[in-house]
Amino acid sequence: MSITRDDLIDFVYDEARMLDEGRFDEWLELWLEDGHYWMPLDWKQEDPLHVTSLMYEDMFMLRLRVQRLTGARTFSQKPKSRCHHVLNRPFVDEMDHEAGRFVTNTNMHYVETRLDDQFLLALTAVHELRLVEGHLRIANKRVDLLNCDAAFGNIQLLP
Amino acid sequence: MGRYTDNPQAVAALVRGREVHRDVYIDPEIHRLEMKHLFANAWVFVGHDSQTPNKGDYFTTQIGDQPVIMVRHSDNEIKVLYNRCPHKGTKIAIDRTGNTGKFFRCPYHAWSFKTDGCLLAIPLKKGYDGTGLEEAEGSKGMKAVGAVHNHRGFVFARLADEGISFEEFFGDSLSSLDNMVDRSPAGRLEVAGPPLRYMHQCNWKMLVENQTDTCHPMVAHESSAGTAVQIWKEMGYTEDDPKPPAMEIIAPFMSAYEFFEDMGIRTWPNGHGHTGVHHSIHSKYSEIPGYLDALTETYGAEKAEAILTENRHNTVYFPNIMIKGPIQQLRVFIPLAADKTLVESYIYRLVDAPDELLARTAMYNRMINAPTSIVGHDDLEMYERAQEGLHSDGLEWVNVQRLYEEDEDFDEERVENGTTERQMRNQFNAWVKFMTASMQGKEAAE
Ligand code: FES
Ligand SMILES: [Fe+2]
Repeated sequence: MSITRDDLIDFVYDEARMLDEGRFDEWLELWLEDGHYWMPLDWKQEDPLHVTSLMYEDMFMLRLRVQRLTGARTFSQKPKSRCHHVLNRPFVDEMDHEAGRFVTNTNMHYVETRLDDQFLLALTAVHELRLVEGHLRIANKRVDLLNCDAAFGNIQLLP
Repeated sequence: MGRYTDNPQAVAALVRGREVHRDVYIDPEIHRLEMKHLFANAWVFVGHDSQTPNKGDYFTTQIGDQPVIMVRHSDNEIKVLYNRCPHKGTKIAIDRTGNTGKFFRCPYHAWSFKTDGCLLAIPLKKGYDGTGLEEAEGSKGMKAVGAVHNHRGFVFARLADEGISFEEFFGDSLSSLDNMVDRSPAGRLEVAGPPLRYMHQCNWKMLVENQTDTCHPMVAHESSAGTAVQIWKEMGYTEDDPKPPAMEIIAPFMSAYEFFEDMGIRTWPNGHGHTGVHHSIHSKYSEIPGYLDALTETYGAEKAEAILTENRHNTVYFPNIMIKGPIQQLRVFIPLAADKTLVESYIYRLVDAPDELLARTAMYNRMINAPTSIVGHDDLEMYERAQEGLHSDGLEWVNVQRLYEEDEDFDEERVENGTTERQMRNQFNAWVKFMTASMQGKEAAE
């Protein structure tokens, strides 16, 4: 099967919808086992390992994060948060059919709410996708917050 | 003026041994007095000198509510100046870091100042001829804080001109900072990247107290650390299997009460203290190849061994920082209002040590102390619930009496059971001391 631009764009939209609808187990299934979800702390940060990031999580940490959300003693999620992504049409930056590797770049507004509080983050998400056994999967995802260097309260779900 | 201004008796009465009055956390007048007295009389952390490595490099921050600039002067010394133009008050620098060259130049009317604050030049200066400029407060230039001390790269300042010396204020508590620096084979640390910045809608002292609160991890963090341990078991591993770094970091949060009781807590005079006297959640990290050799080369086998066996957990430097020696992390609890605190979490590179150590340090910082951290989320939840709960009029006092003893003397160094709240009481003892030291009517109170 040959991947089209529309396939890539649909994939990014579908992923955001899973997060907004809280279908986290399904969301985990999108990931390749050695993938990382990276949210830099610094503007244009290059090194995820030797300076602090907001997140740089492998599948163990992402599973932990998702499983924690459903726990009986997850106090900061009693009551639960809700989130909402508004997407620009993703740019398709790379399409390497031979290698089965694709990169998209998507500007989004992310809203998270809990009790009486609600906040907005503007961000750019870069998805590195791979075609594995006929399915697009997330190899890596990088989320750059426009105000990455600002002071935040709790960001509890996944921008 | 309210109940507490110039009333040292009323301030002291907020702390009564086993309990402290809720006003220390929620009263805006107490907060203002903390800024005016406590944060002026104590030695407060400003920054690390590797943040300003070159002449003219500066870093802007605040001591209590006072905006300051830390800058490297032409003689290579670190100066700390109030961030306020002596002309009309404009902040001289507002970016977090930068280089100003040989002098600061105010962007409003171009008065300029040497990097020790001295007035250098005023445009069209003849306009001040015969006006008595030399008698004006502003003619001295940017004002420096009362005193500055650089301890092995860590810069502290006292706003007040007179007061306790650096050596007396910290005393033997500097052993924790020293251990953190000694962990570098070069005996030097370097700041690694910008700090995490995490906003808390709660009083700054709740955060400081939490640093030696050893009865909360297994409760408040069950959802993160407990779930991690559970997933680990479901993957077919046991307690004793070698763990990946993330598990090494998070699993010990679930340790039993006994582990925390046995780790011990030490208190020093003036409100300083630390958990993890005998062992800590940092004790069992796996060895990193090449590191021990590098340390041994510098210090010899015996001293290298001694440096690494010291695994202090959290060291609180009163009033508002905590360091983790084995992790090379420093957290500053910056008070913004009675119910608002900015937490900045810095990490440092051990100069000449393998990079894997820094990778573990950075991982610790983001996993535990980021606004996106599943551990931090539950801590913040507890602080904010407490800040709201304290407004209840049903009860007025906060309990800090775990393992309380009659006639506790905080001027003596003590090692106690690791679940004691003695360090919290020690902080409040120092709080009264530095809150009232410069208050009117202080003599009458004594
Ligand atoms: S306010 Fe700074 S020069 Fe006038
Ligand atoms: Fe905690």
